[in-house]
Amino acid sequence: MSLTSFTLSELCSLLETRKIKAEEVVTDYLKEIEEKDKKISAYITVLGDLALEKAKIIDQKKERGILAGVPLALKDNLLTKGVRTTCASRILQNFIAPYNATVVEKLEKEDAIIIGKTNMDEFAMGSSTENSAFFTTKNPWDLKRVPGGSSGGSAAAVASNMAAASLGSDTGGSIRQPAALCGLVGLKPTYGLVSRYGLVAFASSLDQIGPLTRTVEDCAVLTKIIGGFDAKDSTSSCEPIPDYQKEMMKKLQSLKIAFLQENMLEGIDEGVKEMYYHTLKLLEQMGAELYEMDFPSWDYALACYYIIAPSEASSNLARYDGVRYGYRQTNSQTFKEMYVKTRTEGFGPEVKRRILLGTFALSSGYYDAYYVKAAKTRRLITQEFMEAFNKVDYILTPTTPEPAFLIGAKEDPIAMYLSDKFTVSANLAGIPALSLPVGWTEEGLPIGLQIIGNFFQESRLFKLAFAIEKKVKFRKQN
Amino acid sequence: MMSQFYEPVIGLEIHAQLLTKTKLFCGCSTQYGSPQNSLVCPVCFGLPGALPVLNEEAVRMAVKLALVINAKIHTHSVFARKNYFYPDLPKGYQITQFHFPIATEGALEIEVNDIKKTIGIERINLEEDAGKSIHEGMEDSSEKTYLDFNRSGVPLLEIVGKPEINSPDEAVEFLQLFRTILQYLEICDGNMEEGSLRCDANLSIRKKGVTELGVKTEIKNLNSFRFLHKALEFETQRQIKLLEDGKAVRHETRLWDSRRGETRPMRSKEEAHDYRYFPEPDLPPLIITEEFISQVKETLPESPQEKRARLIEEYQIPVYDAKVLTSSRRLADFFEHTARICQNPKQASNWIMREVLQYLKEANISIDQFPIQAEDLAELILLIEKKETSLRLAKEEIFPEMLQTNKKASDIVKIKGLGQISDEQKIKAIIHQVIENNPTPLKQYLEGKQQVLGFLVGQVMKETKGKANPQLVKKTLTSILNSYK
Repeated sequence: MSLTSFTLSELCSLLETRKIKAEEVVTDYLKEIEEKDKKISAYITVLGDLALEKAKIIDQKKERGILAGVPLALKDNLLTKGVRTTCASRILQNFIAPYNATVVEKLEKEDAIIIGKTNMDEFAMGSSTENSAFFTTKNPWDLKRVPGGSSGGSAAAVASNMAAASLGSDTGGSIRQPAALCGLVGLKPTYGLVSRYGLVAFASSLDQIGPLTRTVEDCAVLTKIIGGFDAKDSTSSCEPIPDYQKEMMKKLQSLKIAFLQENMLEGIDEGVKEMYYHTLKLLEQMGAELYEMDFPSWDYALACYYIIAPSEASSNLARYDGVRYGYRQTNSQTFKEMYVKTRTEGFGPEVKRRILLGTFALSSGYYDAYYVKAAKTRRLITQEFMEAFNKVDYILTPTTPEPAFLIGAKEDPIAMYLSDKFTVSANLAGIPALSLPVGWTEEGLPIGLQIIGNFFQESRLFKLAFAIEKKVKFRKQN
Repeated sequence: MMSQFYEPVIGLEIHAQLLTKTKLFCGCSTQYGSPQNSLVCPVCFGLPGALPVLNEEAVRMAVKLALVINAKIHTHSVFARKNYFYPDLPKGYQITQFHFPIATEGALEIEVNDIKKTIGIERINLEEDAGKSIHEGMEDSSEKTYLDFNRSGVPLLEIVGKPEINSPDEAVEFLQLFRTILQYLEICDGNMEEGSLRCDANLSIRKKGVTELGVKTEIKNLNSFRFLHKALEFETQRQIKLLEDGKAVRHETRLWDSRRGETRPMRSKEEAHDYRYFPEPDLPPLIITEEFISQVKETLPESPQEKRARLIEEYQIPVYDAKVLTSSRRLADFFEHTARICQNPKQASNWIMREVLQYLKEANISIDQFPIQAEDLAELILLIEKKETSLRLAKEEIFPEMLQTNKKASDIVKIKGLGQISDEQKIKAIIHQVIENNPTPLKQYLEGKQQVLGFLVGQVMKETKGKANPQLVKKTLTSILNSYK
């Protein structure tokens, strides 16, 4: 049996007791990538030689970190020193990062092995990886379908056993949506729990890095490692990081759960809706008190998100000008011409669309009507959440309105944006949300359940997710 | 020209580079004159993924200034992004403050031609500097622009003055006073040539007695007091002429051309940037507690005004002296040090106001680089007071020697024999000799011609090469002459 079928936690204990060698693990994973990635296209860069070399060193080491020898994949918007970091964009196609993101430092401190950098929607803008400047990643459960996005490569790599786990980033659903579409556990942590230093910024006030894993336990392990205060990120929190793995095993105490009023589920896939109600029933059997709730402000969440995120993006992406690094169009007479040509050729259509949207929303005369209004709406959404959390511990929603869709099915950008209708609110409020696979559609596609909690309640999320995971037995043994 | 019917309305915008050791949002050094692009990191170079972290020292300095100009310090201020594209702006935006600055509503009292006037200060912003575009001086400068990012991220205070200045003289006085304050607080070196203090102005013209403001122009590149004065003078006349000719003033940005001595258009209002300000999401709001403010308050040095008043009171020196001496904190320190040791503040002031300042001006150096220590100047003053040397010798011989050799005054007196002759016997002997050699004046004196006394004193002084104590000579000579009667 290939070592790639073990979960991250299983691998950790096998490696810790030295029953297997890191070199064997990496070899098996590289073999898996060799076989599958031609079809799935999860990776932009595979670090085969580097990973093997590192594995050999780790095998020799006496004192080792928690993740010693575990192969992980990183979304290609996380800076890895000496390694190409492209953001799936032409503009950074040959950009070799000169420093490590804080999360990468933390993983390396635990002796994890970075096996590759994964595909994504360009600058994390999209829900399918179709916006990658290089290629589209396929859903391992059905190669005609998308893996979701923007962390689609990270999700596909883990779902097809090409990585033990991976890190993605989530600005409006970019971890949870691909996790749902690929049958994985994905967490968007509380804003500020994980340092953003070294994450290529899309929308700074919304971006969070988080894990995509096969199990809740794996997710808990990784979150503990990557979380915690970082002096290099002024928005990072000083909140202490509990031992999530231990906490999650404890018995569920309070189980007050909010579920969405039916009108909020209008228009979503029937299979997804059915699975949602089915899971709620299961929870009731587990002793949960269920509260039906309406979140009227969610009607404005997507609109609010599509003002705030592009506004910040229009500014964050201004640094890609061809002056200091990245792609530069050299056939220009003036620097203004160089700017225009560089950015015209360097960015894809979705990125340009959002830069334009954001530039417009921030321009004088429109700022109050768009940006300021969106900021107010954002506070309203947060307030609504806080009121809900006065009554309940969790809010449960479907992660996505539908399972993995066909490649090319959503040519209209608005149709694509709707993929995030259940996920964006948590980013706007800054609260944690986790997606957990809870079942299958008739066609055999995974369905995700989203669990939203209050600020820094990751422990609670893992606890409930772990309890549900045990009941639904989603994972098929390979 | 009917200029007496018009007055200019001027507002100054000052940018002061703060003297922090490190940059505003990263740990890079701010050392001026380091090799190009040697003081850069992911943050100030605008690499992907890099994030700003605020330098507390810069906040402290901003609060210091705010306290001194009596501005309202906001306990909650917000950084904002000012978005524009320029090759030396690495992130494509500058982190500054916009809707919620660190302090507002300050004021500064200036005095021009003995008339006191308060000029309001609208706001103080804390912001980062950009890098530097180098268009000249490289061998391929004709085809390339080089970029140096050492300055990128250096902290600046942007001080926006209210349009309450009404003459170029007032503007220069305002900027000078501001520079003195910044130097007193030791938060900016005030060097306009190196660009650590920069000034832009906006100017409009209105008929005297009218309160409404006219259309203003903004004038850039005013990097000396002289240029500021000249540019404002030029712009005032230019606008008056336009109005007199029945033409309108265009709202535009103009550049001061010091070679041609004129301002010329740089960009019109229509071409002005839309900076798309919005709150910087990478930095939480800046919270300044009352406790922080009172901590800073304790570290505040005396202000120039306070120091001036104290010097007049404590040392009994004239107002004019106090004003000159407090023009720099170091100069005032030098005076106080000298005055305390020699216990003769008026003499200390005289020496500093004349000899010392004259030397500083000629050598084009600051008091920090002055070769004579306060202790040594005090010793010289004491030597004169104790009549161990004369004022004339001190000025003409000893002081220049001290400047050159760094020797102590007493040593120079000893070595060169410049001590004053105060020995009555010695003087008597010389007087007798002089009288012997000049029988005619003696006769004339005895006949009642008092004025020859001066001639005889002069002869004694000549004989002693100026070292005799002149009062003593006069006294002794008179008594000897009278003994002949």
